[in-house]
Amino acid sequence: MISNRTLYTHTGRKVHFYDDLVRGKVVTVNLAYTRCVGSCPAGFAKLATLQSMLGDAPGKDMFMYTLTLDPEHDTPRVLREARKEYGAGPGWTFLTGSYDAIDEVRRSLGMFDPDPKVDADRSQHSGLLVLGNDPMGRWCRVPLGFKTEQIFDAVRRVRLPASEW
Amino acid sequence: MSTRRDFLRAGMLIGGASLLPKWARADGGGGNVPRSPFLRPFAQDLPVPPVVQPSAPFATQRQVPPGAVFNQMRIREVQEKVHPDLPPTTLWGYQDVNQPNTRIYPGHTFVGRQGQPRVVRFQNELPANHRGFGVPNMVVHRHGGNQASEDDGFPLDLFHPGESRDFVWTDHVEDDRDVTQGTLWYHDHLIDFTAQNVYHGLAGFYIRYSDVDTGDETRPGRTGLRLPSAPFDVALLIQDRVFNFDGSLFYDLDQHDGMLGDTFLVNGAVQPVFRVKRRKYRFRLLNGANARVWSLALSNGMPFTQIGTEGGFLEFPLQRTDLLIGMAERIEFILDFTNVPQGTQITLENRLRQDDGRGPSGDFDHPDLSVRVPLLRFDVDGTAPDASVIPARLRDPSPADPFPPVNQRHFEFQRSNGAWQINGKFFDGARVDANPRLDDIEIWTFKNGGGGWWHPIHVHLSSFEILKRNGRTPPPFERAMKETVLLGPGDEVQMRMKFQNFRGRYVFHCHNVEHEDLAMMGRFDSI
Repeated sequence: MISNRTLYTHTGRKVHFYDDLVRGKVVTVNLAYTRCVGSCPAGFAKLATLQSMLGDAPGKDMFMYTLTLDPEHDTPRVLREARKEYGAGPGWTFLTGSYDAIDEVRRSLGMFDPDPKVDADRSQHSGLLVLGNDPMGRWCRVPLGFKTEQIFDAVRRVRLPASEW
Repeated sequence: MSTRRDFLRAGMLIGGASLLPKWARADGGGGNVPRSPFLRPFAQDLPVPPVVQPSAPFATQRQVPPGAVFNQMRIREVQEKVHPDLPPTTLWGYQDVNQPNTRIYPGHTFVGRQGQPRVVRFQNELPANHRGFGVPNMVVHRHGGNQASEDDGFPLDLFHPGESRDFVWTDHVEDDRDVTQGTLWYHDHLIDFTAQNVYHGLAGFYIRYSDVDTGDETRPGRTGLRLPSAPFDVALLIQDRVFNFDGSLFYDLDQHDGMLGDTFLVNGAVQPVFRVKRRKYRFRLLNGANARVWSLALSNGMPFTQIGTEGGFLEFPLQRTDLLIGMAERIEFILDFTNVPQGTQITLENRLRQDDGRGPSGDFDHPDLSVRVPLLRFDVDGTAPDASVIPARLRDPSPADPFPPVNQRHFEFQRSNGAWQINGKFFDGARVDANPRLDDIEIWTFKNGGGGWWHPIHVHLSSFEILKRNGRTPPPFERAMKETVLLGPGDEVQMRMKFQNFRGRYVFHCHNVEHEDLAMMGRFDSI
């Protein structure tokens, strides 16, 4: 069950994660935070490339979400700046919220480590890109460490009917 | 006063699924997974999948080997009951076209022979508009088979609903080391979705005999053994699943460490009964679970006589009381019920505790055998003639290599930010991670990268021989050809590899299929 907790977008809009952002949509979800000096910058760059490879699909046929792990710092205003920096288009929404809500949402997507010590270490946070096609009930995930072409292919496989693979 | 553990042991032995404590459930405590309904154990007989029958030869684009047998298989969605008390379950399976009104989970069993080639057409009849977990694009991998790259099921070589694909499995005699490899299986291998598709039911046996292992205990031929033969030669597929109350399968799409079930099935039936005669039986055990390692024992302490692995026979039969078996591994063993009194009931149990997709508690040498979960009950009922013999020796020792190995390769299997790598790299179907030359002897080392995770590593194309496990001679039960090797926490295994017969692209990967789907896979090209 994907969490329906309340989050806030980079524009400060209050949203319910499942009902407003996932239900009936094709989505990608990743975790990041703007102060991250580990895997995040490369991940942001890769998602920016992915966004351009997807052409006009993001915001129309599908939606990209980046959920911060550092809500204390990553206010909507900070996220707006980060979006600018990474050239995020209208189909790529950055999300923040309470620690508790963020924790519940990421856990409901399986983005946690079963070892509590590893899970508590933000520098080892999940580097997965969760891919979902809610109308078809089709979900998978890929490492953001994949080549962008591989991520693009995986997104394509999640979006398209099986016969069009 | 009884302890919590005593209660759990009693509860699990008697009850089955619904009495499983939280730690034995599929989500490792994550909270996403419902509990299966209670299903009475031993409420049905063990299903034995039908044997695939020859079909009329059909036109094919493929080059047909002389004397080939033709088979036609349908890949279908069906409703089947896995337990009398549960409404029918929607399953995917492989079905021989000649036997339309039969169960298809597990898939129908191929019975082949070394030297007998086969052309198999798989027709994908799954619903194109399928919703829910799994994707109806198919990749058929004959697991354990030495076959051309295009016949091996490379994860991107898929065929869509409404399409078919022809596979040529030559079953030529490889060399003297492999002639007794007799328990293969076939299953789906679709990129990113193998775990979901296999969980849907897409797995079946491929049994193979030879001039040594003739499959007829009364007629061993000039060179053959007299191992128990059909109907006393029985394949057992063990799996775990979660069911919803409406009978449908539950698959947790939001967990990525390895899907565990709280309900236990043998040959597609929940905890069945197998009525046996007072004689010897040969069993071929396959761990077809996505992520569960098992350690099996018999309730009366009777030993198993192990004769082989997934790669072939041991040199000598081996008495064991606990069979540790990783995902995709096979163990062949004989049970002798000859002197067991009429009416005796003996239960095949899992003793191994496993809380989540990381793997069981304990390690390879000291697994945590603190649970008792019944899988299958043998009811001893009647007698039957028995011409079978457990030979003192099953095969000649492996000959020494006349030349030293020409290459060494090291592979470390690691976790990386929630996904999986081999030597620091995620799977990339376009990148070649090793390019062994055919017929060269190479030494490969597989090392578990740590974190308490277990990884059964499977290598396509050819079997291998384990030389060292953690620097020592492998245990006697691993001294046979293998094609899947279980890496427990901290394990390092060294193997003799010799790829044979076919040049092309192949894969090696973790057979915790959720790990496989999350990039713990490498490509090698035999050249």
